[in-house]
Amino acid sequence: MQIPYNEELRPDTGLYNAKLGIWLFLASEVMLFGALFSAYIMLRTSNPYWFDIKTVLNIPLATLNTVLLITSSVTMVMSWVALKLKDLNKFKLYLGITLLCSFGFLIVKYFEYASKFEHGLFPSSSTSLACYFTMTGLHVLHVLGGVAVFLYLIGPGIKMWDSEPERFTNRIEVVGLYWHFVDLVWIFLFPALYLL
Amino acid sequence: MSGEHHQESFWTKYVFSQDHKWIGIQYGVTALFFMLLGFVLMIVMRYQHVHSGTISPDTYNSFGAMHGTIMVFLGIVPVIVGAYGNYLVPLQVGAPDMAFPKLNMASYWTYFLGGVTMLYGFTLPGGAANSGWTSYPPLADIATTGQTVWLIGMIFLITSSLLGSVNIIVTIVQLRAPGLTWMRLPFFVWAQLVTSFLLLLAFPPLEVAGIFQLMDRVAGTSFFLPTGLVVGGEMMSNSGGGSPLLWQHLFWFLAHPEVYVLILPAMGIIAEVISTNIRKPLWGYSLMVKSVIFLGFMSFLVWAHHMFLTGMGQGMSNFFAITTMIISVPSVILLTCFILSLYGGSIRYNTPMLFALSFIPMFGIGGLTGLPLGLPLSDIPLHDTYYVIGHFHYVVAPGTIFAIFSGIYFWFPKITGKPLNEILGKVHFIFSFIFMNLFFMPMFFQGLAGMSRRLADGGQSYAHTQNVIQYNDFMMYASWGLAIAQLPFIINIVMTLLKKTDKNPDPNPWECTTLEWVAAPSPPIGHGNFEEVPNVYRGAYDYSVPDAKKDYLPQNKKD
Repeated sequence: MQIPYNEELRPDTGLYNAKLGIWLFLASEVMLFGALFSAYIMLRTSNPYWFDIKTVLNIPLATLNTVLLITSSVTMVMSWVALKLKDLNKFKLYLGITLLCSFGFLIVKYFEYASKFEHGLFPSSSTSLACYFTMTGLHVLHVLGGVAVFLYLIGPGIKMWDSEPERFTNRIEVVGLYWHFVDLVWIFLFPALYLL
Repeated sequence: MSGEHHQESFWTKYVFSQDHKWIGIQYGVTALFFMLLGFVLMIVMRYQHVHSGTISPDTYNSFGAMHGTIMVFLGIVPVIVGAYGNYLVPLQVGAPDMAFPKLNMASYWTYFLGGVTMLYGFTLPGGAANSGWTSYPPLADIATTGQTVWLIGMIFLITSSLLGSVNIIVTIVQLRAPGLTWMRLPFFVWAQLVTSFLLLLAFPPLEVAGIFQLMDRVAGTSFFLPTGLVVGGEMMSNSGGGSPLLWQHLFWFLAHPEVYVLILPAMGIIAEVISTNIRKPLWGYSLMVKSVIFLGFMSFLVWAHHMFLTGMGQGMSNFFAITTMIISVPSVILLTCFILSLYGGSIRYNTPMLFALSFIPMFGIGGLTGLPLGLPLSDIPLHDTYYVIGHFHYVVAPGTIFAIFSGIYFWFPKITGKPLNEILGKVHFIFSFIFMNLFFMPMFFQGLAGMSRRLADGGQSYAHTQNVIQYNDFMMYASWGLAIAQLPFIINIVMTLLKKTDKNPDPNPWECTTLEWVAAPSPPIGHGNFEEVPNVYRGAYDYSVPDAKKDYLPQNKKD
């Protein structure tokens, strides 16, 4: 049994199946983070005793993380382009950089969380910290998900390049779309939590 | 995936199957068992209303919460989207399988895990979740451990729905057979498409709400706990500053579209059954398609009509009352199209058709009794009474569940190659119909008299309910009658399954036009559904076309 339009584009929609699938998934992710941001706005504006977390958050570290994530997004696109140019070594290089950047992000995040806990700042301390930990925590889960998929695609999953190169390239494109979304969420989280 | 057939083990064929047909059956069987469990909880609660003290009030609360949760999230949605959507959508669009078979398998097993997690709650000290199926905080935030398990179970169920809905949408958009244009799709497929979008976009906010509540319960945050909350005479030690109303907004942002998730696929089933059994096209097919799309959009804008009691303000109330009145228009259009379709048809009164025909007035009662609940003025006295229970049970029980029964009788010969017994089916229908009404109608009288819902003693200790309290006895007997009325159905299924299969079962016993009947054998072949990819030349409802040889023209027939 062969499922149609797994690799090739359906003429009237111009899409292969997984690409439509990931866009739909991202639509639901928009609703997920949309609800998070709406809840954050509602909680913050309705609370006259809002604890201002800007004073305890580390803006330079968060800026570093922003740079890391944006870089990883750029190299993600370049790894896909490398596959389109049939250059597997370049692909490995760029996906490797993406992976390194995301590890960097996670390490920085670890130190941020640890220093909060050291100073006795927990999710239960105030609703603003609860928002901070829950929102960034969900984002970190998304980063971890991305890392797991990258590790698979650069590891055992790379065998597909030999058998079905077209489909493998599509996979990278789809993961890339997801990764850009994770990046975009951070670009909204950073000002909302650290700067405003 | 290669073209050749590979040998399948017992595990990959029957347990971790990737065949959409088998996954559909898995969904259906699991969900029907959950519905039976929800039904048993209801029988116990109804007995408790008359014989107060049979179970403790705490147990009653957890039965009430779990009855709602099981029926909605573990019973009806998995049957109507998981089972019907999975089994029929690929067949009706002429696809070899769902677009992502592995994801499909994952979605069933995530649902299964969610169900097991929910049931695990019953074994905990303090019992399963007991803050109502709506889990309103602050109560749910401070409830027993069962609530934590409920939240984890919900996260599983939400994930399962997301995977399933992505799969159904991609299947419909990408895998339609050549020639099957949008306006040639059976109405059932349209209903599944809109439903899947609702699941896809409405569930994530509930996931957020669930995560917040989980944080409140596990990490000690105060998303839903206001400052200065006093429980049992003592100040809570939480930081406070949260908003209990936030939960209600996030919950109903899902739970209102969820109502349409329950009803739209049911209407899809009814459309297929009715058009086949009146031998003429559906009246206003394109109008129905437009109505169902409009309904889908509007269902995201009405959620706060569940919250008029919270005092969220006149402006908000007005907005949601108006959108609620607007959304009743497409619902009425759909029902009117069904009724107008009947006019001039040569109606066959077989079992699926009887269920489908009774759906129309039953859903009508459910829908019309909902109008007073959409206006703040009349909603405020009615909201926390049995009137609401009567209203939504009329929509879901003799509405959606009758559509589910109708579909089971209708597609059973396709799935197994063996038709169900008509006489037992009619007995099942008549008694279910009678007892459903005897059961749910008195709720309106009780509610109008002001009897509150969720009372563990069924209202016995309240002076103002004394005029309507005798209905409790009546409804208890009706619930027993309803239980007995299901026996012919169960006997029918078992008897038919035990019967020997015909060598060449008729693939199209009802003389339908859609692809699952005309292009595939009964049951459809294991992998790939169709011997060859069907070509579609006409719309889904070409019945009684003038000058045609037979009174129906299959979709894959050129002329």
